[in-house]
Amino acid sequence: MAGAELPTPRADRPDTQGPGLTGCGSCAFANAANLTKLGVDPGRGDYIAAVAGNPNTGKSTVFNALTGLRQHVGNWPGKTVARAEGSFQYRDYRYTLVDLPGTYSLLSTSGDEDIARDFLLFGRPDVTIVVVDATRLERNLNLVLQILQITDRVVVALNLMDEAGRHGITIDVRHLARELGVPVVPTSARNGTGLPELLESVEQVANGTVVTKGVRVQQRDARLERAVSTLARRLADEFPGLDNTRWVALRLLEGDPSIERAVRDGTLGGLGHGARLAGAAEEAS
Amino acid sequence: MSDAAILDEAERLRNDLPGDFSDSIVASLYSDAARITSTSLTQDSQRARLTVDRALDRALTHRVWGFVVMGVLFFGVFWFTIAGAAGPSGWLMTLLVDNGHEWLRGLAVGIGAPAWLTGLLVDGVYLGTAWVVAVMLPPMAIFFPLFTLLEDFGYLPRVAFNLDRLFAKAGAHGKQSLTMMMGYGCNAAGVTSTRIIDSRRERLIAIITNNFSICNGRWPTLILMGTIFVGALAPPALAGVVAAASVVTVAFLGVLVTLLVSWGLSKTVLRGQTSVYSLELPPYRPPQVWRTLYTSLIDRTLKVLRRAVIMAAPAGAAIWLTSNVAFGDASVAAHLVGFLEPMGWLLGLNGVILLAYIVAIPANEIIIPTILMLTMTLGPNLFGAEGGVMLELGTAQTEAVLVQAGGWTLLTAVNLMLFSLLHNPCSTTILTIWNETKSLKWTTVATVLPLGLGFAVTAMTATTARLLGWV
Repeated sequence: MAGAELPTPRADRPDTQGPGLTGCGSCAFANAANLTKLGVDPGRGDYIAAVAGNPNTGKSTVFNALTGLRQHVGNWPGKTVARAEGSFQYRDYRYTLVDLPGTYSLLSTSGDEDIARDFLLFGRPDVTIVVVDATRLERNLNLVLQILQITDRVVVALNLMDEAGRHGITIDVRHLARELGVPVVPTSARNGTGLPELLESVEQVANGTVVTKGVRVQQRDARLERAVSTLARRLADEFPGLDNTRWVALRLLEGDPSIERAVRDGTLGGLGHGARLAGAAEEAS
Repeated sequence: MSDAAILDEAERLRNDLPGDFSDSIVASLYSDAARITSTSLTQDSQRARLTVDRALDRALTHRVWGFVVMGVLFFGVFWFTIAGAAGPSGWLMTLLVDNGHEWLRGLAVGIGAPAWLTGLLVDGVYLGTAWVVAVMLPPMAIFFPLFTLLEDFGYLPRVAFNLDRLFAKAGAHGKQSLTMMMGYGCNAAGVTSTRIIDSRRERLIAIITNNFSICNGRWPTLILMGTIFVGALAPPALAGVVAAASVVTVAFLGVLVTLLVSWGLSKTVLRGQTSVYSLELPPYRPPQVWRTLYTSLIDRTLKVLRRAVIMAAPAGAAIWLTSNVAFGDASVAAHLVGFLEPMGWLLGLNGVILLAYIVAIPANEIIIPTILMLTMTLGPNLFGAEGGVMLELGTAQTEAVLVQAGGWTLLTAVNLMLFSLLHNPCSTTILTIWNETKSLKWTTVATVLPLGLGFAVTAMTATTARLLGWV
């Protein structure tokens, strides 16, 4: 594979990244010496990572910081209207990074939300970085929870921590991570703060060193909860290995046409653990 | 199949549920988010943000002051662009056009290249390209960073907020103002950005009207006309301010036309409901000045310039060829200009300008160089230039060429500014519209409608000016 020929700075020999250390000993990327930005690289990565989040939380800033690309970053919502792709190498693995359009939820069916949702479901990223605006935590968590119903392989980048600090907001990161069941990394992507830690978590979730179990939203309505559980059990029997049965059950109860189609043509069965459906990612786009 | 059985089961379970169970799904989600937030987050209410942001928002989105600030800011940006670009443009002109061209020509003659090849490459391709670089690089290198700083600061969503009410009244989507902002850089990018609008009806309106946002390729035309014709009317001390005002006027006219056309479309062929949407006003952020300067120079300025140069090189060659290949008693260019002249007169323009707009369909960037070159070639030879040679002139001489050789008046300049706002989109944008709509009908409408408006408006101003005896 092409990845093998690339220079891969090792953790134990950080000096291979010479200028990064000598030139900027104090800057954020001094610790991210293992990061190689690959820009737009047509080669297939070892892992697919997605960047999701509400509009204007800094998704594209994170994307650019990791890939070295210069996706236009603007301080206004709705700037990324299609998926952008780039790649980077961290330690031994190459990642294909997909920048999804910002959405407030995955519940309605607008174009942007469909792109994001279909990619999370059918593109089956190995890890999804959800970029969260720390100054608007509650509204952002609505989306985080929805994503956690689809995939467990999530790392939350608690971004804009510098702004949150200026506004007198303190967040108990460990508590938040426990509640959500996935790693939470405080970052200020604009300054590069927290990105080394983010990369570390991304790697651990992608290669399975850390097994995450995202919180499941329980339905308050007892009848609904019963219906979801019943249908989820049927789904688990029918599609062993499918790990988001409760979410699929909810979508089926709501009569979501694209999920119904996936049940009918058997696509859903292929979404469990196992071989990655390379084609499904293309279709979903 | 059992897969179908699952769907049946879902159907059965659904029928047992209360009708509003979707709301209860959302409610569960929101209450979980609220609970997690309340246990993880503490806010020091003393230091709650808002004071500065709120005060700024109150001013910048005020019913009256919001628009005043908007006008002053955009005026300031253009004035700064016009005033700041004059010097560097002059230096580049001397360096690339005067000295560079002479040197290259000497070199070509020195190595004994045939005259037609020297003409085509040095007088056509090189001179066309050098002209575009000298005219466009300095204003773009000032305009883009300034605009990007405003964007980085968080001002653009406030503009969208201010304009939202107007767009709602016009029956269009409020997010259309955001797509307009993209259009001020490049209409093709603006058309693509309309994907943020979900309703097809409102999206089509946004696509059709995006062309009324003046793109990079057209700013130089406006700035040049404003500087040498309109600004020159004022005493020298005020010339820059008046020139900037004329450019801002045309830009605001573009907003007005956008609103009027949106209104017209939504009342006729694209009738329907106006969608509700939420526009988040992001916090103001101190712009990262150096990074902004760097990325706007590299990404926007050089990208635009590259496109202009790629387009200008073949156009320079084409102009040189049409001016030097004779057909009967005159060059091909002369025939075409003669054919277009009556129509040009009717519109208060001339045949050269119309021909230039045909040549410049691939890129608006080359309008001014094309006009100057054709005027020099076809008009009385004032500066001893050879046929088909693009200019070696400064701004002052440019005016002399247009007035003396081209017979230009203030009407010609003003109508060129108007026509620059109101004409067909460039071929890249037309292609993008086709890709986004996949509809021959709407692509045609988006192409022909602005052109028709341009004809109507310029014919009207020309007739009025002539009736009143101004020209």
